[in-house]
Amino acid sequence: MRVFQILIDGFAISALYALGATGFTLIFGVSGVLNLSHGAIMVAAAVAAWAAASILGVGTYAGALIGVGVALLTAFATYFAVVKPIQDSRRIPNEEKEIFVLTGTLLWGIMIQELIAYFFTNNAKTVLPIVEGVVEILGVRTPTNEIFTAIVCCLVIALLWLLVNRTRIGKAVLAASMNPRGVTLLGFELTNIYIVVWAIYGTLAGIAGVLLGMFLGVSSYSVGPLTASAFSIVVLGGLGSVSGSLIAAFVVGYLETFTAYLVSPAYRTIPALLLLVIVMYIRPQGLLGRR
Amino acid sequence: MKKPLSIASRIPLAAAAVGALITVSGAALAADPIRIGVIAEAQAIAGASIPQAAQLAADEINARGGVDGRKIEIVSYDNHSSSADSVRAFQRAVNEDKVNAVIASYISEVVLALEPWASRLKTPFVTPGAASNEISKSVHADYEKNKYTFHGYLTSAALALSVCDAAKDLLVDKMHMKSAVIMSEDAAWTKPLDVGYEECLPKIGLKVLDHIRFSPDTTDFTPIFNKIEGARPDVIITGISHVGVQPTVQWKNQQVPIPMFGISSQATNETFGKDTNQAAEGVLYQGVSGPGVAVTPKSVPFAENFRKKFGNFPSYAGYTAYDEVYYIADAVKRAGSTDADKLVTALEKTDWEGTIGRVQFYGKDDPFTHSLKYGKGLITGLMLQWQDGKQVAVWPKEVAKADVKFPSFIKLGN
Repeated sequence: MRVFQILIDGFAISALYALGATGFTLIFGVSGVLNLSHGAIMVAAAVAAWAAASILGVGTYAGALIGVGVALLTAFATYFAVVKPIQDSRRIPNEEKEIFVLTGTLLWGIMIQELIAYFFTNNAKTVLPIVEGVVEILGVRTPTNEIFTAIVCCLVIALLWLLVNRTRIGKAVLAASMNPRGVTLLGFELTNIYIVVWAIYGTLAGIAGVLLGMFLGVSSYSVGPLTASAFSIVVLGGLGSVSGSLIAAFVVGYLETFTAYLVSPAYRTIPALLLLVIVMYIRPQGLLGRR
Repeated sequence: MKKPLSIASRIPLAAAAVGALITVSGAALAADPIRIGVIAEAQAIAGASIPQAAQLAADEINARGGVDGRKIEIVSYDNHSSSADSVRAFQRAVNEDKVNAVIASYISEVVLALEPWASRLKTPFVTPGAASNEISKSVHADYEKNKYTFHGYLTSAALALSVCDAAKDLLVDKMHMKSAVIMSEDAAWTKPLDVGYEECLPKIGLKVLDHIRFSPDTTDFTPIFNKIEGARPDVIITGISHVGVQPTVQWKNQQVPIPMFGISSQATNETFGKDTNQAAEGVLYQGVSGPGVAVTPKSVPFAENFRKKFGNFPSYAGYTAYDEVYYIADAVKRAGSTDADKLVTALEKTDWEGTIGRVQFYGKDDPFTHSLKYGKGLITGLMLQWQDGKQVAVWPKEVAKADVKFPSFIKLGN
């Protein structure tokens, strides 16, 4: 009974982690940007979905769409207002650009966090679930929304796989992650590819944020922990490797669930962080990372 | 070129100028405002009501002419729920903004950090919402030093008593419940609360099957609820304040069949209904007052005026902060001065009917020096329940407006 409980709960949370981390790793793989405003974009999506549904009363579906839309806009704002100016700058030496992007996105994330706290308080918000009620699976009472969350996460990741591997633009994105110079020589405008990647990223982060808001709820305080969890999953899986991130998300998700059930909910995140330290020692490139 | 004024004409002019200055400063002295610093968690659901309620009280007092012609001026500071920010705000309030008294915070950790500063800067300080027993125990332990701190809300020990008193009537006598699991966040205020629960629950006939303390940054409560369900208690006795929305929503989404009863600070604010998308339905929480509950004749008008001005009913700390401005003003009037020591002596003699009951403080010889007196005829607290999107009083019977009722997923008598 408890085994099934851990398996089911662990799957939903892992799938959500996977979705959140995929976009994060994609951006890094393609454009070399470590976006530390990731958590803020997810929280912005969830809070927008909550506000649209609960304050404006537009309904659950429209609310969720607005949430994803807000994440998309915030992702574009991140790219055009923070990342691109740094990348285009001639006054910042090339070798320092990465650290500038890191600092810039971190500050940008804090700004978004403070704005959310100012306008919507730092209290947790929960998005109204799209499907309500519970079902029994193998004797475990599971919220239908938890199953819905897991299904949507898997579907979106599958769609992303199709997009990257089966469409022209997806292949260009993939090529850019391998050899940006080569792609430009083939006649692709690199900036256009980046815009596509940021659009994919914004959509993924938005969906993950809204689902997280339905599943667990978020507050402006979640910004830091969400960025940190995506970051550690991506580092564990190997920076830039989408399949590595997927595996790492499930490792972290299940490790946390095991700890919460079998040890104590208070120590939930500790084993995953210890694992990260160990992996950094013996395999610094991460599980599936490129050298 | 103008001819300079003669000495003879200069002297009366100068005298007139000096006279005018004296009159102006004299007038300023008579109307010197009574300044109250309000340091609060303006962005948090329970703390947001504190500066709002204090301002409302000050506006009312000023509209009636102030205290002996002196206006009340509220100087408020947002502490971002941080002790360090609060200490800086306290120093600034006293040293730069020259406040005469401070009302601060609903978080025990913050209040415990401010207490030594109230002593060092010799400034009367009242908390509208923190609960830790340590606040008033420190006053008792070193009275001369710490006498500037007043605990304007119930101590955790008193809160546990209040919850147990209500549980006896509502759960044990009416619903024949026999067992409970305590679920509380790991924070300074819940340590004495849990001790109180462990002591009083068995006395009223509720066996404590398990006791779960969890980190205040927990986001996934599924394992906690599953563990509780495994113990098969009749009720979950809560001690939560930093968390509230997330456990409540997950309790509903997972359809945990056991009712929640106890302290849930966030549930005291009317905005909790919207924040949880009405998942709060059926949640029972302890309060010192509530919308539509005439604890005293002042309670309902205050809650209504607050709502008119700010759009929602206040959290528990709103009621206490509102009362605090009034009894500080009353103490200034009785002391005839804003001198800190005189104000402390006057505050100790407080006997004020506020929105939460009759406010009196325990004296120097009581172990909880300067905390609110708990008991019938003073303050007993209430039990409220979220019903149909509203906060309804269900205990004690003198103020109860409805019977306890639960959403359909709650299975009583498991």
